[in-house]
Amino acid sequence: MEFETVIGLEVHAQMLTDTKIFCGCSTKFGGAPNSHTCPVCLGMPGVLPVLNKKVVEYAMKMALATNCEINKSCSFARKNYFYPDLPKGYQISQYAYPLAEHGHVILDINGEQTKIGITRIHMEEDAGKLMHDEHNPSSYIDLNRTGVPLIEIVSEPDMRSSEEAADYLKRLHEILVYLEICDGNMEEGSFRCDANVSIRPKGQNEFGTRAELKNMNSFRNVQRALEYEIKRQQYLVENGGTVVQETRLWDDAQGVTNSMRSKEEAHDYRYFPDPDLVPVLVDNAWIEEIKKGMPELPLAKRERFVKDYQIPAYDAGVLTSDKALANYYEEVVKLCSQPKAASNWVMGDVMRFLNEDKLDIRQCPITAKSLADMIRLIDEGSISGKMAKEIVGDMYKTGKSPQTIVEEKGMVQITDESELIKTITSIMEANPGQVADYRGGKEKIFGFFVGQAMKATKGKANPQLVNELLKKMLAG
Amino acid sequence: MELYQLTIHELQEKIRNGSVSATQITESVFSRIDAVEERVNSYIRLIKEEALNSAAKADENIKKGEIKSLTGIPIALKDIVCTKGITTTCGSHILHNFVPPYNATVVEKLKDAGAVFVGKTNMDEFAMGSSTETSYFGPTRNPWDLERIPGGSSGGSAAAVAADECIASIGSDTGGSIRQPAALCGVVGMKPTYGRVSRFGLIAFASSLDQIGPFTKDVEDCAIMMNALAGYDARESTSVSAEVPDYRQFAGQNIKGWKIGIPREYFIEGIDQEVNAAIKKAISVIEQCGGQCVDISLPHTQYCVAAYYIIAPAEASSNLARYDGVKYGHRTAEARDLLDMYKKTRMQGFGAEVKRRIMIGTYALSAGYYDAYYKKASQVRALIKRDFEEAFKKCDVILTPTTPTPAFKIGEKTDDPLQMYLSDIFTISTNLAGIPGISVPCGFTLGGLPIGVQFLASHFEEGKLIQIASAYEKSAEIEKRRPSL
Repeated sequence: MEFETVIGLEVHAQMLTDTKIFCGCSTKFGGAPNSHTCPVCLGMPGVLPVLNKKVVEYAMKMALATNCEINKSCSFARKNYFYPDLPKGYQISQYAYPLAEHGHVILDINGEQTKIGITRIHMEEDAGKLMHDEHNPSSYIDLNRTGVPLIEIVSEPDMRSSEEAADYLKRLHEILVYLEICDGNMEEGSFRCDANVSIRPKGQNEFGTRAELKNMNSFRNVQRALEYEIKRQQYLVENGGTVVQETRLWDDAQGVTNSMRSKEEAHDYRYFPDPDLVPVLVDNAWIEEIKKGMPELPLAKRERFVKDYQIPAYDAGVLTSDKALANYYEEVVKLCSQPKAASNWVMGDVMRFLNEDKLDIRQCPITAKSLADMIRLIDEGSISGKMAKEIVGDMYKTGKSPQTIVEEKGMVQITDESELIKTITSIMEANPGQVADYRGGKEKIFGFFVGQAMKATKGKANPQLVNELLKKMLAG
Repeated sequence: MELYQLTIHELQEKIRNGSVSATQITESVFSRIDAVEERVNSYIRLIKEEALNSAAKADENIKKGEIKSLTGIPIALKDIVCTKGITTTCGSHILHNFVPPYNATVVEKLKDAGAVFVGKTNMDEFAMGSSTETSYFGPTRNPWDLERIPGGSSGGSAAAVAADECIASIGSDTGGSIRQPAALCGVVGMKPTYGRVSRFGLIAFASSLDQIGPFTKDVEDCAIMMNALAGYDARESTSVSAEVPDYRQFAGQNIKGWKIGIPREYFIEGIDQEVNAAIKKAISVIEQCGGQCVDISLPHTQYCVAAYYIIAPAEASSNLARYDGVKYGHRTAEARDLLDMYKKTRMQGFGAEVKRRIMIGTYALSAGYYDAYYKKASQVRALIKRDFEEAFKKCDVILTPTTPTPAFKIGEKTDDPLQMYLSDIFTISTNLAGIPGISVPCGFTLGGLPIGVQFLASHFEEGKLIQIASAYEKSAEIEKRRPSL
């Protein structure tokens, strides 16, 4: 039987606000345990939450970037459950009335566009962290993360493969980072993902029973966990078993998912409206104000690069995958007016150097101006492409400008015709046999003369000029 | 007259003319406490040393001519408001050792107005009760009859004022917890509009109903206390920024031409005969003052208690989840694992009434029951609110009995929670609607127990309540009696 996979994702993204969602404590990662806490986020008796407006604005940005409708009124609810990392015994979240609904993002896999629906985006607070002492029967609690703002982005069950799921995640990640509302760090937990996955016989309309997967802390793990889970469910069904509704944890080391709790053991969170908070009212003026402050989004940038710079879609995709990289590229183009050459140099040598050193474009020793200057030197004929390859390596190592390197190394290209004529004349005199062969119709031998000329000038001759002069002089 | 017997405005006059010092007043109050506290048990904790220190500071300020509205006035705080560095128990074993690192906003406000804090008063555990019998620290006794309850949940605060163990006090009112004990102890008690007085630092029972208010010896003192307490607080999202008038200006003004709504649903079978007679008399006094009584209807009154006993426990079940033994308060000495720690801590830490309400509330919010209980109760609440909106189109103020009976005997209703719940039958609707209410003494039973009359007004009309209560107080000429402790 042929199966179809159905995947829906729930993404939690930490918002990059300076302070927590319901109190004035710092949201900085790290810090001595419990140093970023106050009576409010510690859940002490009698304290009350006050909503951080910045969180709403950040969440609105994401809602607009994913084509959601922002509700005119939304409100907070309490999700009740006991756990030591949850000091109040409930998490303040949104339930019946989320901030935004009915959005979508566009995936572009090998030129094929797919629309993935966004069910809702809502705001909530993060919980703390537990640390278990392996040598003692003790656990410790760090509540620094308690109350750090999160948005939860819930997708429709619109993805049909693990590749689509991974691409959807990358698109969300890219948008969040572009908007500068989330640092996107998956290892530190700033960007987390749970997946609902089920299978059904191809052609069937009803969804199969789904499993919820948790504990995947990288794009790769999400894809691996989904692939494993899809295979597990197929194997079960093909062998007469049935998939049960449950929560499963991804075990990275073993590469498998294991059951954590069944539907019967699922929590009853007893959601109800939080009486300590008032509804959040959003009017059109506020939405317009947020829209004005929105940066160009990855998809729009990609399309603009293709159109304005006439570069291939693939190049545009690579260059816009990181906003800083895109900015760097645009700066280079602005200064040298050669989009294709700029794209080749950025995607080629520059990115190779950075990848080798695991550096970010922000840490690149070659400034956009230096790279643009170098491209201009090639264009002017002052240096050859071959020389440039050497120069760009030095620029990366030393941070020096191309002009300085060219001067220091005496690498200026010979463009003086009379000097080259002298060189070519002596080459022809030294190789009369080859000259005769060429003139006799053996034109393949032309390369030999080019090689000799370059050798004689130690590669400094302008290759174009050498070509022209050789053709003329060999013709006799 | 002893200093402890005087009102805020009488003492303020003496302070201003230099005839007494704050220290003398505080010492007088503590001498009274020494004499009667053993019998009344108004307090969970007395802070004599702190009180004498702040009285001394008040005296320095008085010397400099810096006299504020409560300078040198000994005030008691219900042990539900957090006091920085002073144990705050909420009447519960689970918080027996909890020392807040912060003050409630009202504590800061009273301090700013110059108040001297005497101690933390007794209360029903987590404010759940109508008799102060559910306190972990033993019941408070009614100063008018030590065999009887003072009402609740702010029974300690009401008894402390009635027994002259402080000049005024702070209580909290979720379903009548200020007005009912005020009536049963023969003092003035006001529940302000929801959002009028900050809840920051008030240990939550039912967040959408809780409101802090004062107990005083007369209506003018109530106005003085309200001046100090009312106002917007940025630390509370449900705080309202409506302008705060000078409540004192309403005291002493007449109510000629006012329409007084008498809701027919509040004069029911089962209301105590003497209470009924006292209220009838109060109505005629109001008419003598120039008020015109009109018959009104609050048609959803019969559903108030039912709606309240869904909404309040539901919110409480969530509000009390934080008492888990992890961070502060009581933690069981022995536990096998996390779940065992939670269970034992809460089993040992909470009393029976609190457990009962947590269970009711948890049930009402459970999947499959939410719509039938919590959601339905919220809808009923909206109807009750609308009843009052309609009523206030026809009248300025509503008059009702505060309680159906005078103070009952200690232990009389502890085995019958339903009977206990019904003692708040006339006060609960106010909290559901979020409107302000005041209870004022309106006489005594033949057995010498105080009776209270309740006035209700529309949102943020506390001024009207001060005005009518003060007019009533002046005209009624209620016999000035003191409990014979």
